[in-house]
Amino acid sequence: MKINLALAQTNTKLGDVEANLAKHLDYIQQAKNEKADLLIFPELSLTGYGLQDLVASVAHKPTEDDPVFKHLLNASKDLDLVVGFVDEDSRHRFFIASAYLSGGKTLHVHHKVYLPTYGLFDEGRFFAWGDKVRAFDTRFGRMGMLICEDFWHASPPYLLWLDGADLMLFSSASPGRGLNDKEKLESARWVERVTKAYASMFTSFVIHTNRVGYEDGLHFWGGATAFDPNGEELAHGPYNEEAITYSQLDLNQLRRTRARLPLLRDERTNLTASELQRILQK
Amino acid sequence: MTAINLTINPELAREILVGFIKSEVTRVGFSKAVIGLSGGLDSALSCALAVEALGKENVLAVRMPYRASNKNSLEHAQLLIDQLGVPSKTIEITEMVEPLFKLDAEISNLRKGNIMARERMIVLYDQSEAFKGLVIGTSNKTEILLGYSTMYGDSASALNPLGDLYKTQIRQLSRAMNIPTPILEKAPSADLWADQTDEKELGFTYAEVDQLLYLLVDQRYSPQEASEAGFDEKFVHAVMKRIQRFQYKRMQPPIAKISNRTIGYDFLYLRDWGT
Repeated sequence: MKINLALAQTNTKLGDVEANLAKHLDYIQQAKNEKADLLIFPELSLTGYGLQDLVASVAHKPTEDDPVFKHLLNASKDLDLVVGFVDEDSRHRFFIASAYLSGGKTLHVHHKVYLPTYGLFDEGRFFAWGDKVRAFDTRFGRMGMLICEDFWHASPPYLLWLDGADLMLFSSASPGRGLNDKEKLESARWVERVTKAYASMFTSFVIHTNRVGYEDGLHFWGGATAFDPNGEELAHGPYNEEAITYSQLDLNQLRRTRARLPLLRDERTNLTASELQRILQK
Repeated sequence: MTAINLTINPELAREILVGFIKSEVTRVGFSKAVIGLSGGLDSALSCALAVEALGKENVLAVRMPYRASNKNSLEHAQLLIDQLGVPSKTIEITEMVEPLFKLDAEISNLRKGNIMARERMIVLYDQSEAFKGLVIGTSNKTEILLGYSTMYGDSASALNPLGDLYKTQIRQLSRAMNIPTPILEKAPSADLWADQTDEKELGFTYAEVDQLLYLLVDQRYSPQEASEAGFDEKFVHAVMKRIQRFQYKRMQPPIAKISNRTIGYDFLYLRDWGT
């Protein structure tokens, strides 16, 4: 099976969900015209990143009666979508979230489980921590979603792998930092290195998209990528500008790679679990 | 001495800073910028970046000489104005500042310098309204960390593209952007009085202090580790003291908290809110 993948790297209007929704619908139309099956937006694509005290006012629920999601759910009848938003639960906790929408339904919502609260980041101050890392089934196979800092830690991608995800969908609002004499920013090099490594180690498709634009002095660098189960780069979006990057994923590559390199077959999960138990009991 | 490499990728720096100026000016409904051109390197680079971001016709270069300013300053600013093809104005500040100087026969050079820097701010912000352009800052990371500026004077701006680049890196980027050689090669100076140069006044060179600041700030070295890396202990101590002493210049004045929700503490929005 083949998937026509589209990676959106968008700029946002900070706190203006209506304007950002309009951009989503425009990108969805473009991707539809290109016959995309799955379009992925960056972290917090409906709201902007540096929300601070705006968090409560931009929260939405990924349901049909929500004034924003009703449009996105309707659009998901034509192609599958991943969108970034602020999710509010029934007890009014606010999460950085990604929703996978398909056939007019919300198939899965991931709440960011690692909220960076150090250096230039202050997410833990404004958001609740997600507490689940789960793979989910789609019409293209089993997938998993992670948001930015989630994949700076090795355990969430590892858990998704063991939970059956063959496609990992990562989205970021990654501020550019670490300019030196190298071709790329340190932050971009780090992300590209680890996403490529995950694809290689987990013999899976690893897809990443990252927003662009500026918020105050922060600059987001874009550079969406898709890696195949051999860790080979299939697509690479431009840096620092809005774009949709298209790539066709040949899912049969999973079989070919894993026939050659049975890392998944040989993964000793019981060993991991027992050693982890021991370490945690120390 | 540990090898310290402050080299930056100039193309990437240029792309990020040009994008920054374009984004931060246009998102609030402006399309133009105003820059005070001193004839020195920082303002020349800011101006060149602004031209790339907004187009030459949208950047107003303002020269603001004082009677005793170095004649080279005006000429060097003119070199850049000619090279970039930007509209320009020359507004002499002598008659604005001297009445104030005359009120106190004992007035020091430092006070005069501060008055001139603030007068230039007044002129720039007035041109900002007249030209409908935002004032682009010219302060670099070295001088911000060392507190080598006049509050509400040369440090005042609507946005600052250069504040995360050390002077050494400003020089490198300026070279890549073809800033005229006489501006690149002269000694940095605030030109507030005759023969003033930054390095004479600070007591060390930018090349030295930039390397030390890079270790202390960017690489999070402790003062002791910086000494062990080869910097003179007294120099490290003096620089640390300056960084700490001038923290106030890098901040908004603190507001005394009384209510449940106070600007700066728990009323938190980015400046780009809604844009």
